Amino acid sequence: MNREKDVIVSIRGLVFSRGQRRIFDGVDMDIRRGSVTAIMGPSGTGKTTLLKLIGGQLRPQAGTILVDGKEVPRLSRGQLYQLRKRMGMLFQTGALLTDLNVFENVAFPLREHTRLPESMIRTLVLMKLEAVGLRGARDLMPAQLSGGMARRVALARAIALDPMMILYDEPFTGQDPISMGVLIKLIKTLNEALGLTSIVVSHDVQETASISDYIYVISEGKVVGQGTPAELEETDSPWVRQFLNGLPDGPVPFHYQAPDYEKDLLEC
Amino acid sequence: MLGVLQRLGHTTLSGFAKLGRANVFMLQVLSGSLEIVIRPRLLIQQMYVVGVLSILLIGLSGFFVGMVLGLQGYNVLSDFGAEESLGVMIAASLVRELGPVVTALLFSGRAGSALTAEIGLMKTTEQLSGMEMMAVDPLRRVIAPRFYAGFFSMPLLAALFSFIGIYGGYFVGVGLLGVDEGSFWSQMQAAIDFKEDIVNGVIKSLVFGVIVTWIAVFEGYDATPTSEGVSRATTRSVVYSAFAVLGSDFVLTALMFGD
Repeated sequence: MNREKDVIVSIRGLVFSRGQRRIFDGVDMDIRRGSVTAIMGPSGTGKTTLLKLIGGQLRPQAGTILVDGKEVPRLSRGQLYQLRKRMGMLFQTGALLTDLNVFENVAFPLREHTRLPESMIRTLVLMKLEAVGLRGARDLMPAQLSGGMARRVALARAIALDPMMILYDEPFTGQDPISMGVLIKLIKTLNEALGLTSIVVSHDVQETASISDYIYVISEGKVVGQGTPAELEETDSPWVRQFLNGLPDGPVPFHYQAPDYEKDLLEC
Repeated sequence: MLGVLQRLGHTTLSGFAKLGRANVFMLQVLSGSLEIVIRPRLLIQQMYVVGVLSILLIGLSGFFVGMVLGLQGYNVLSDFGAEESLGVMIAASLVRELGPVVTALLFSGRAGSALTAEIGLMKTTEQLSGMEMMAVDPLRRVIAPRFYAGFFSMPLLAALFSFIGIYGGYFVGVGLLGVDEGSFWSQMQAAIDFKEDIVNGVIKSLVFGVIVTWIAVFEGYDATPTSEGVSRATTRSVVYSAFAVLGSDFVLTALMFGD
């Protein structure tokens, strides 16, 4: 297959700093169309920042980010908004509009971007809510939803405009096992049923690996490991091994950098 | 010593940077103005929240301020045997000064703080970011309607304040203290000039409306996205509004009545 067409997001030599801190230092990534790609890494490695860079909310200092053949940092505001209509993003908190009920939240992008008649909007919203299993919750307000339900509503909203790609920001954080299972199933089935491309940012290794076609592990601004879940199992990088298996000690030491313990205690 | 200078420089620079952000923000909001013409419902909703829900506060305050003016004015004027001029005094102080100024201060406490907190919380809970990712410009969809709602509500509320205040003064002066009703109204009618008093008062309230709502929506939008950040932004919104209103009131008064 034509490789150019096969890749939906292509990142080359990405450099991004915030203040003095360099968050990305030469990151290369390719995300294949139709796949579920996981981006993993310890907290604070800028995984969310990466999604914001792909979505064009932040601009890198150097490097290129191609999304569907368009160079995101170079797009004008109007072009960027056109592109975003074809991307959905699921925020960690759900980011539902708190003054609208579930139905209106899902209808929001439809009302903003289309001139569909009310009956059509109703049908579409109910279809999207049915897909996430929350058709019965349409009249609830966001404050009445549990964390997992809020994320499912946000997911219904993200697919309202039938995007080509969805970015998931830490979809599993703080979920109980059942709603985690529901979200895992939804990400996988929606990706297949709607022909989406999914990028899942997460540090829940097992859950994410179980649905991913390809995994990137980033740490300290660089890609430190990549491959299919099976390939990563066999990795010889001790760091990646520690991360994937959640070992308390290894290349990332258990102890934060400190002076010698004995000396520290006896001092004074 | 060097530390003090450094801090001074830092504070000054970040102050100017913020001022710059506030101006760019305002230009972006103004360039999104068309939205409220296309979808007036957004504006009407906000006018209800910002304006209509403030009516009780503004009306009651106006009535009390008017009553106090009636009492105090009567005490002073009766020393000179001029209690018939009570109406003029009350109306002039309300229309020229107290109406716009007190309304703006109350408005910033009632509606401005609410706007700041609401927008700040929307930012904290990533609602604004979420809108951006849905290709909806929050400046148009969220900020512009709120700004214009404040802008249109302020003069109306100030007019209501003065109107009710005059009746508060009438109630005390004519009703309780026995000032002649005919001269109360006729002197007021003769002495209050449409252009000099009323138009200037309306201009003031328009300016205050811009200042208070601008500060309120900007502080919310610029808030640090944490609960502490939002609480600070809300405080700042009210404090800055009060300073800005009182300061610009002096400048406006000097320009309008200074010669």
